[in-house]
Amino acid sequence: MTLLTMLAVVVIAILRQRSLFGVVILSGIYSFLIASVLIALDAVDVALTEASVGAGMSLVLLLSTLHLVKTSEIKPWRSNLLPLATAFVVGAAVVWATLSLPPFGSPDAPIHKHVGPRYLQKSIEETGVPNVVTSVLADYRSFDTLGETTVIFTAGIGVMLLLRGRRKRGAK
Amino acid sequence: MKFDLILRIGTKLILPFILLFALYVQFHGDYGPGGGFQAGVIAAAMVILMSLTFGINTAQRVAPRAMVERMVPLGVLIYAGTGVAGLLMGRNFLDYSVLGHGAHARELGIFLVEAGVLVTVAGTMCSLYYAFVERGR
Repeated sequence: MTLLTMLAVVVIAILRQRSLFGVVILSGIYSFLIASVLIALDAVDVALTEASVGAGMSLVLLLSTLHLVKTSEIKPWRSNLLPLATAFVVGAAVVWATLSLPPFGSPDAPIHKHVGPRYLQKSIEETGVPNVVTSVLADYRSFDTLGETTVIFTAGIGVMLLLRGRRKRGAK
Repeated sequence: MKFDLILRIGTKLILPFILLFALYVQFHGDYGPGGGFQAGVIAAAMVILMSLTFGINTAQRVAPRAMVERMVPLGVLIYAGTGVAGLLMGRNFLDYSVLGHGAHARELGIFLVEAGVLVTVAGTMCSLYYAFVERGR
């Protein structure tokens, strides 16, 4: 509850902040809070990823973007009403969808009934890896992880082309 | 930053431990939290910290741009190559059982694909950072 309150405070601070540097730093704090929430939920692997990627890497990349662009937010030139209405409608739809979810942590939830128990019981026997998260990611669902690696590869190549392409043309 | 003694000594002290922690996260991912993705980001963080403190040229002597840019496709090739090894031996794509016997084969398969993820992620993160820095010059 404390963590969620702090999350709300950080979000409001981000909304009120006009300096983009402040926004970037606050979003780093937000990522660290999310990582703490994930630790509280016993999802250490995801928490480690969030802390290293969300709070570390994206912070560095956002700061280096700020190095290239202006560092204060410009005033919106259009009315805020349509985005506000969209945000409210989408938010309400998400809240409405959570109402039909099974209760939090319920053992009867479909995700705990499908293949989960099999992975938990057979992981050490079949793969020799005690951390079930690793065995699911790299063995049972390896095809998905190959896709994720390819996504990182593609995104990295894309950003490099965007950032480096124009400089070379200018040099000619 | 060239003359900030505390920062330079502190960074110098902490750099090997960051790399060691990345390797720990990589190779201990079978037993505790972690894996190739997190380890790759932590290893890239070491290079970035080095370039923040000692300048981009020092960092590029340790991790040259050509090297990190080759790491980006190399990791995907390691991963996909592990999969194709299964195909070549007459099994399904990404079937690790061709690599050895029993559970050991799958452990080895997991090790290989995690190494692939590490190489791609570390390479991508470093190249992105280099691309941003060189654009800003």
